[in-house]
Amino acid sequence: MTQPRKLTMVQALNLALLQEMERDDDVLVLGEDVGVDGGVFRVTDGLLAKFGEQRVIDTPLAEAAIVGMAIGMALYGLKPIAEIQFSGFSFQAFHQVENHAARYRARTRSRYHVQMVVRMPYGGGVRALEHHSESEEAYYAHTPGLKIVIPSGPRAARALLVSAIRDPDPVIFFEPKALYHAVREDVPEAEETWPIGRARVAREGKDLTLVAYGAMLHRCLEVAERVHAEDGAEVEVLDLLSVSPMDTEAIAASARKTGRVVVAHEAQRNCGVGAEVVARVVETAFLQLQAPVRRVTAFDIVYPGFARERGWLPGPDRVLQAIRETLAF
Amino acid sequence: MPRTRLEVPTVEHVSILDEHGRLDEALEPAIPPDDLLRLYRTFLLARRFDERMLRLQRQGRIGTFGPIRGHEGAVLGSVYCLRPTDWLVPYYREWPAYMWRGWPLDNLILYYAGYSEGMRVPEGLRDLPLCIPIASQLPHAVGLAYAARYKGEDSVALVYLGDGASSHGDCQEAMNFAGVFQAPVVFLCLNNQWAISLPRTKQTHARTIAQKAVAYGFPGVQVDGNDLLACYVATREAVERARSGGGPTLVETLTYRLSLHTTADDPTKYRDPAEVQAWEAKEPLPRFRGYLEAKGLLDEARQAALEADVDAEIRAAVDRAEARMQANLLEVFDDVYATPTPDLQAQRAELERELAASAEPARG
Repeated sequence: MTQPRKLTMVQALNLALLQEMERDDDVLVLGEDVGVDGGVFRVTDGLLAKFGEQRVIDTPLAEAAIVGMAIGMALYGLKPIAEIQFSGFSFQAFHQVENHAARYRARTRSRYHVQMVVRMPYGGGVRALEHHSESEEAYYAHTPGLKIVIPSGPRAARALLVSAIRDPDPVIFFEPKALYHAVREDVPEAEETWPIGRARVAREGKDLTLVAYGAMLHRCLEVAERVHAEDGAEVEVLDLLSVSPMDTEAIAASARKTGRVVVAHEAQRNCGVGAEVVARVVETAFLQLQAPVRRVTAFDIVYPGFARERGWLPGPDRVLQAIRETLAF
Repeated sequence: MPRTRLEVPTVEHVSILDEHGRLDEALEPAIPPDDLLRLYRTFLLARRFDERMLRLQRQGRIGTFGPIRGHEGAVLGSVYCLRPTDWLVPYYREWPAYMWRGWPLDNLILYYAGYSEGMRVPEGLRDLPLCIPIASQLPHAVGLAYAARYKGEDSVALVYLGDGASSHGDCQEAMNFAGVFQAPVVFLCLNNQWAISLPRTKQTHARTIAQKAVAYGFPGVQVDGNDLLACYVATREAVERARSGGGPTLVETLTYRLSLHTTADDPTKYRDPAEVQAWEAKEPLPRFRGYLEAKGLLDEARQAALEADVDAEIRAAVDRAEARMQANLLEVFDDVYATPTPDLQAQRAELERELAASAEPARG
């Protein structure tokens, strides 16, 4: 058995795509610049040479048609993976996702379904132009019929993308672009899948539950180590991985164990995923709670020019402050 | 340097059987008599069903309904070109095509009465369900066509759109994709002159809708949409082009929405009754009937027998459909995902408890 290699998230995603396309001829890739260019982030690099332009499709510039055509392919019975170049542009295809991808199974009582993945880079902290840094998961999570997956690192990205490709329902796959090259992890060469809908305890602890996902997970793990070193308290870090379906059981188990919960995400506060986590904690672990449940999020403002990015993104200090206040309550 | 003229394809208009019954025999297609009769019966069935559904809506037995009076010639003339292995992608004005393809009438009645089982497309039919968000079905047709070709089939996708849809972004994007990929798609525009209250002249400044295909690099043709024969001939050409690898076509059928947009609409607010009357005089049914009579395929007795037959079929379908109208509320949790999530399982249990506690039957 070959040793796992240390891969970046980009390499891990590429591995997932390569292996799934080798395994199943019905898996195709389409999007802007995914073929000859290998994707602006190189996630689809090498696929065109291996599988040809019928299967790795450089589309004209039109997000609604990319997603709509993928829906049509899926209705036929293929398994398309549509790339939207940046999550900010997915709004130009949103009606196809909500009006159809999410609904076709219910509309036709399962006579038709849409086995499709929409992949997109999302999230900030990379000094980018307007529309290239936002976190849009809440818009999608509110839509029944979709699954929303957000990996926190290379191994998770690979294992979850494979699951997403094989899932019979449409999966919106948010790739934290801040992590594309920043982290390397052991990723097994052999096939690996992680189930969609299950969270993962990234760090065990008994004193406080810190719920996070995406790029925030790493910042949260660093903060947890500081709390251990400086305060002698043990923070349990729960990596959601799936925003929808959300792993209520894992959240409940951890919240009941520690009695103190902080949830952290990049996206804005109002009606964000954090609010959903708080609701579930209160619904399942109220009697065990020793402190109010706290959210650490971006402010409810438009993502600023990157010169002021630091004023938007919730940094480790804010997470640390919330943890200390919750421990002290 | 002197300016040069770039040659751009032009658009033809096709008419074979006009509203006066004049037939261009050079262009007349050789449709077998059995098919003519089957087309005529389906036409009649659609027309009478349409009238019956309007009455059912006024009686409160179905909900909002979109009538199709006047569109039958364009719809049936075009769908007649399809093989069972070809794909049918409608919006909501061409359910006579479903009838042609073999749907039970019950499905439509159930659908318009709010029962989603009505859109469980019958097994074996390569038909998509009705589509409400305007033009959003167009990219689906491109995907279906691409997929069929990818799998080595020579199937085509016939997708319908209205004159209103021709303005929509999804229409531009889908047609552009179809041209680039040379997808085996036929875009069939039912130009019925009205998008609710907006007349065709305000929908686009272009002289025709057919010419929009030229912008995307494929042929466009305009047809008398009340002439079933011309709609058939133009669509057949387009289907053959697609099937043989010649790429997409846009067929624009000029017809008229003789009735309301839907039962929630009041066209007296925005339409001149004289205009409607003028188009009634050109509507497709009498001229197709006249064509069959001239061929000796139809007479008074046969017409009466057909009317009785389709009316009986409609009555039976209404009875069957209404017998099936039992709303098991817990079914709303089925078919959201392949496997219900833990959250949905819990929510279903919640509804079950709620229904039991209120002593309301789970079946409404």
